[in-house]
This record gives sequence, structure tokens and C-alpha cells, in this order.
Amino acid sequence: MGRDRLALALLVAPAIAFLAAFFLLPLALMLRTGATGPEGWATYAIILTDDRYLASLWKTVALAASVTAATLVISGIAGVFLARNRFRGRRLLTAFLTLPLAFPGVVIGFMVILLAGRQGVIGEVTLALTGERLVFAYSLAGLFVGYLYFSIPRTVLTVMAAAEKLDPALEEAARSLGASPWAVVRDVILPGLKGAFLAAGAICFATAMGAFGTAFTLATRIDVLPMVIYAEFTVGANIAVAAALSFLLGAITWAVLAAARTAAGGAVAAAG
Amino acid sequence: MTRRRGAGFAAGLAFTVLVAVFLIFPVVLSVLAGVTVNYQRGIIASGVTLVWVERVLDLYAHTIGLSVGIALATLVSTLLLGVPVAYALARHSGRVARLAEEALVIPVAIPGIATGLALILAWGAVGDFRTHWSFILVGHVLFTLPFMVRSTLAVMLAVDLPTLEEAARSLGAGLLARFRTVVLPNAAPGILAGSLMVLTLSLGEFNMTLMLHTPFTMTLPVGLADSYASMRLEIGSAFTLVFLILLIPLLVALQWASDRAFGLAPTR
Repeated sequence: MGRDRLALALLVAPAIAFLAAFFLLPLALMLRTGATGPEGWATYAIILTDDRYLASLWKTVALAASVTAATLVISGIAGVFLARNRFRGRRLLTAFLTLPLAFPGVVIGFMVILLAGRQGVIGEVTLALTGERLVFAYSLAGLFVGYLYFSIPRTVLTVMAAAEKLDPALEEAARSLGASPWAVVRDVILPGLKGAFLAAGAICFATAMGAFGTAFTLATRIDVLPMVIYAEFTVGANIAVAAALSFLLGAITWAVLAAARTAAGGAVAAAG
Repeated sequence: MTRRRGAGFAAGLAFTVLVAVFLIFPVVLSVLAGVTVNYQRGIIASGVTLVWVERVLDLYAHTIGLSVGIALATLVSTLLLGVPVAYALARHSGRVARLAEEALVIPVAIPGIATGLALILAWGAVGDFRTHWSFILVGHVLFTLPFMVRSTLAVMLAVDLPTLEEAARSLGAGLLARFRTVVLPNAAPGILAGSLMVLTLSLGEFNMTLMLHTPFTMTLPVGLADSYASMRLEIGSAFTLVFLILLIPLLVALQWASDRAFGLAPTR
């Protein structure tokens, strides 16, 4: 028994050493680097009171929150529909909905440009219809579309998996007791999916807060938090502020995921 | 199902199809643009060509090679580091094990740009590490390791590994023998699903890699961003097409492997 314990400890040791050297140590150094600017540890207070950083923080939070809300509504409807109905072409439709899972943000940014950029399809169509070219790829609206694109596939999968586990007999019972379709959704389906929504919503929010590739492809003028960090580090060479902002961003996304995990009782699996 | 379908079904179907169109249409657009002679004039007016794909291979073949190499090295590293951890976590269900499991997934909860910056601050000035491709490898292993551990652990718990092992132990098999003859074969579906996930994520990782890369170590997604920013639309599209040709078979295999591995596993 004792030898087994030792063997198990040895099995875990390489991974622990790796995490300590390349994750814990770097994070600790980053926390300290945030205090190496002219203001010392006050840098952390300054980034929370400075107008520019604060505006960027709120913009990022608002974007992430609205993307999360829209994703949950859209994926909720599509996911429950696919889980509840059997019809020809269902597998194909599900495959289409989950294909972009794991597309990197840069590629999604490019797709938004093809849709709503200067040479985009939406621009062509609106030009033909109204004489005016609608171009919104290089703004927060373009970023919103990109993050929606990114978030729907994984959320649909989570909702489908949870909806498959709901007992259809409960809905049948509610219906036979005279509940309207809307009442069935409100009182039976939504409460049953609460955990899935919480888990998927937290992942969606955290991912949208920290995503970088899409904004990087679309424009350098979109000042969401990851873009500000990148600019401070590369253009501004303001490493203390970049480190402090990175730490803040990491703390927010980690806290959101941890809170959702606690609330959902361990159902939240983190995702990229 | 023989139940008659009403307006609700039609509305649900229409909505779901619309969402699918939103997700698939841009992919089709980008694939077509990559083989169009002149995107502005359209594929019908200007014709189909492979010159853009050839240009991409001329300009960016080294980024594709580097990304495939890093993805394979990431896979080997996560197998060596992650499978033993999953096994240890499967054997121990106590509080320490759960805490270790939680700690292991933290790297995924923190945005890649933050982790990338932290890695540069800690290790960027150490020898030639910063300009070597293994600097990116470290970041990718950090980011993908939790997926390998979770996928493997889920299957190990589903097949009730401790009982199987107990049987082997009572027959006199040592830890190494049990690991080889009982643990690995039984956990194989989870390891396979985890491996495909690791390859997919590494191949597409950008958030952290943009921070970590140098002109000597440009990966495929960084090359993509470069082509979007500095090349004509057709070349960006052709590069996207090349990337999708690499990625989509992996995604399809991942879907298949996950269904196989977790179709039988209770979610935890």
C-alpha cells in the first residue's frame, strides 16, 4: 500500500512540477511586475480608476454579457428543438451547428469580414437594395457577431446534452394538466436546464472576456481589454500596466467560472 | 414518432436552420473566395483557380510545418504528463484529489493573452528559450493538459477502474504491469478523444501564441492573421481553406471519438 502511494505521487510529480514552473511562478511574477511601474502597487488601484482602462473594462463586460445572453437564447431554442424532435436531416443539422466548434478567433474574425466587411456580402446586398453599403465588421457590432458565431456551437452541445436527460414525462404531465406551451417551457423545461445554462453561460462570458483573435483580425481600434493589454505591451511598452490588466482580466474570468461551478454543483467544465 | 407536428415544430425547425445557415454560410464563402480568380468580380465572372492556394503554400508552408510539429509535440507531452495524473485522480477520490483536479483546470480559465504575458515575464530572458519553438510548446501544453486529464479521467471513472485493478492486483500484478495491461487498454477511448482535442486546440491556438511567437517561430494561426492583415482577400481565403482542410477531419474524428468515449460515461 505504501509503495503504491509513493508510485502515485511519482506519477503526479511531473505535471505538478510543470505547472509550478510554467504557470504558478509566471503568474506570481506577473502580479509583482504589475507593481514595478512608477506608482508601485498603486498601479492596481489606478487601472481600476483610470477613465480609459475603466471604460475598456466596462465595454468588455457589457460585450461579454450581451453575447452570453444572445447565445443562451439562440442556443437554448435550437438545442432544445434538436433534442426534442426526431426528423430526417437532424444529424446533418446538428453537424452544421457544431462544425465551427474550435475554429480559432482569427478565422472567425475573417469570416465576419467576409460577411460584413468592406467587400462583404451584407454590404453588397444592402448596396443593391438601398443604395447604401452597410459595413459593420470593424466595430463592436462586428465583434458581437464574431463572438456569437464562436459561442453558439459549444452552447448548443451543452443544452442538447442536458435536454436529452430531461424526462419528457414531466412535460407530458404538465400539458395534460392544461399548461400552455409557454408555461411548459417556463415551469418545466427552463428549470430543468438551469444548470446547463449556468455552466454554458459562464464559459461563454469568460471566453468572450478574454478572447483576442477576433478583435485582432477585425481592427486595432476596438479597445476591449485584451486589445488594450496587447497595445500596452507591444506599442506602449508599458509592461507594468499590461501585467496588472492581465492579472485583473485573469482574476475576473477565473472568478466567473469558479462561481458558476459552485452554483451548478461541479457541472461547469472549463473550455478554451 | 407519429405525433402530428404543428406550427411549433415548423417554427423551431426554421429557427434552427437559420442558425445553421449563419454558422455555415461564412465557411462556404471563405472556401469559395480561396479558389476565386478575383473576389471582387465574383467566382462566376472570373473563374476558379488554385493559384492562391499555391501562393499560400509558397509563403506560409513553414508556419504549417511548425504548427503540425508543435501540435504533435504537445500531444506527446500531454500524454506523458496527463495520463498518469488522470490515473492518480481516478485512484484517489479524496478531497486532495478533487483540489488537484480543480487546480489543474485553472490555466484554461485564464485568458491566453494573460498566460502568454506571464510566461514571457518569467522565462523570456532565459537563454535562447524565447526564440525556440519549445517556448510555444510550453504554452500549448499548459492550455491543453486539462483537456487530456479530464477526458481520460472521465472514461477511467466510467469503467470502474479501481475494481478492475483490484482483480489484477489480487492476481499478483504490480503497478507497472497493471498500468500497461489494465489501465491503458480500458482508458483508451478517453485517451483517444483527449488526444484529438489536444491536436485540434494546439493547431488553432492564437490568443497565447501571438504573445509567445517570434519572427522565427510563426505558427499557422499567426500566419493566418498575418495574411488577413497584409495580403489580398483571396490569399487570406486560400490560407483559411488550407487550414480548414487540416482542421475539419480532426473535428469530425473528435466528434466520433467523443461519442464513443462518453456515450457510455456518466457525466460528472
